[in-house]
Amino acid sequence: MKKGDLLAFFVFIFVIILSPVFSGSSYALTVGIFSGINALAALGLCILMGYAGQVSLGQAGFYGIGAYISSILSVHSGLPTVLCAVSAMMVAAVAAMILAVPALRLKGHYLAVATLGFGEIVYVILNEWGPGGPSGFGDIPHFGFFGYTVDSTTGYFYLVWGFVAVVMFFSINLINSRTGRALRAIHDSELACKAMGLNVAALKIKVFVLSAAYAALAGSLYAHYMTFISPSSFSLFYSILLLMMVIVGGITNLWGAIIGAVVITVLPELLRRFEELDVLVYGLILTLSLMFFRKGLVPILIEKIKKLRGFAVAKH
Amino acid sequence: MLSIKEIWKSFGGLMALRHISFEVKQGEIKALIGPNGAGKTTLLNIVSGIHEPDKGEVFFWGEKIVHLVPSKIARKGISRTFQLVELFGHMTVLENIMVGRYARTKAGFFSSGFKIPFVMKEERETRRKSEEILEYIKLAHRKDELASNLPIGEQRVLEIGRALATEPQLVLLDEPAAGLNIRETRDLGEIIKKIRDELKITVVLVEHDMDLVMRISDSITVLNFGEVIADGTPLEVQKNPEVIVAYLGEEEEIQKGYNAHT
Repeated sequence: MKKGDLLAFFVFIFVIILSPVFSGSSYALTVGIFSGINALAALGLCILMGYAGQVSLGQAGFYGIGAYISSILSVHSGLPTVLCAVSAMMVAAVAAMILAVPALRLKGHYLAVATLGFGEIVYVILNEWGPGGPSGFGDIPHFGFFGYTVDSTTGYFYLVWGFVAVVMFFSINLINSRTGRALRAIHDSELACKAMGLNVAALKIKVFVLSAAYAALAGSLYAHYMTFISPSSFSLFYSILLLMMVIVGGITNLWGAIIGAVVITVLPELLRRFEELDVLVYGLILTLSLMFFRKGLVPILIEKIKKLRGFAVAKH
Repeated sequence: MLSIKEIWKSFGGLMALRHISFEVKQGEIKALIGPNGAGKTTLLNIVSGIHEPDKGEVFFWGEKIVHLVPSKIARKGISRTFQLVELFGHMTVLENIMVGRYARTKAGFFSSGFKIPFVMKEERETRRKSEEILEYIKLAHRKDELASNLPIGEQRVLEIGRALATEPQLVLLDEPAAGLNIRETRDLGEIIKKIRDELKITVVLVEHDMDLVMRISDSITVLNFGEVIADGTPLEVQKNPEVIVAYLGEEEEIQKGYNAHT
């Protein structure tokens, strides 16, 4: 890891550990849990869009697959939830691979529409054939490790953010590696990538699969926390929400995905006091932030810090 | 090392290349010249696998390569640069070279993500080799700048450096001197000679700058309207009457280049 990332990572771990101590209420912790779940899915989308330059409006589909497969397995087979989550990630990965082979020949808007179509198909399938149909099903067991069940809010907070930390660690390493460089290179020039011996098609499929696996992990954690799921949580709206998270946070930075996820998850809760006007204020804040912070919160913050440092150096 | 046999290629109704055949010998600098639209870039695209010819074969060390995808051809040891520079603009100069190392390194998704020891070793090696290449092409002082911020002359040199990073046996340079001033062109000529003499890399050069072509190439193939009209040493090509006709109005240019050379 680079110095900046390493420092950020330590601060991040520190914040995770201390958050439950200072949160004050289980309500705040619950919002924190949802932020973490969203951050996982947003990280996948961030690598896919911000680094590899591929669009997806179908992440809710993978999120839904993750939630449903993990829940159904844990309810019916009695497998440990960890294995259910892993299986769910695998199923989502296979689905992503099947989708990616034809879809990733497309670019830009066309790819967006193709992935949107995928998300809708999953949504329809969950409604028609999912247990309980549109009204969903419950009694999903809590997440557990080797006989130990995580059922307290604080425990679940640590569990979710622990996963975020691991996924973040993995993602930072990936982005700064041979593979990550190749992904960013594809974003700039596919032609040159091919001439450098990169198997562009295979790399695109792999990164798509990775983003699907992240989303499925998020979905699984969501299901085992809520213990009840219905298709409405996995509609196109969720895909759009993830898109907003990575864009608001800053699509070219992994930390942006986490910050974006937290902001977009927490904001509606903070706006509760505006009562019926909350949606209006929410929309206004988003519009303004996109107008004035187009690059996203984290990249702008980094620029500011660099400028301040520049001043400090100039003064000396 | 490279032999091109009876290549035909048309785009719609336009016949871009007609029964093109010639050889590139190991260790030579081969120039491919001809007026605009003669089919030079098309030919490079066929050799590097971007286009497939309608008919004909390309042999690299006796092996047919026309049906291979570009990335496979690159791994076999043929690298290239582009007429319109195709750098990774959002990445630094050093990172551009490091991407060039891709085909010669191994780290995958999982090994990179969990940073297992061999990956770290390989990464250090990649960085070291890439920095070496930057020293070699004299761009080391630019290593942390974004590639898109370099002036065009340095961008073209960086593209050559990135091609070198793939450890090629043959590099295809598509108009490397386009947009360069006289001094930059001279330096470029030095680099091209250096990679042939020191790194023993064979070079195929598509170029309009006759001065450069006459100065550094060992043999020249002239294309006009998709056909080979001359093939030989710079001296032979300049005397060829067909070449002079093809370059009507530019013949002085050729002569000038020759005079400057002698």
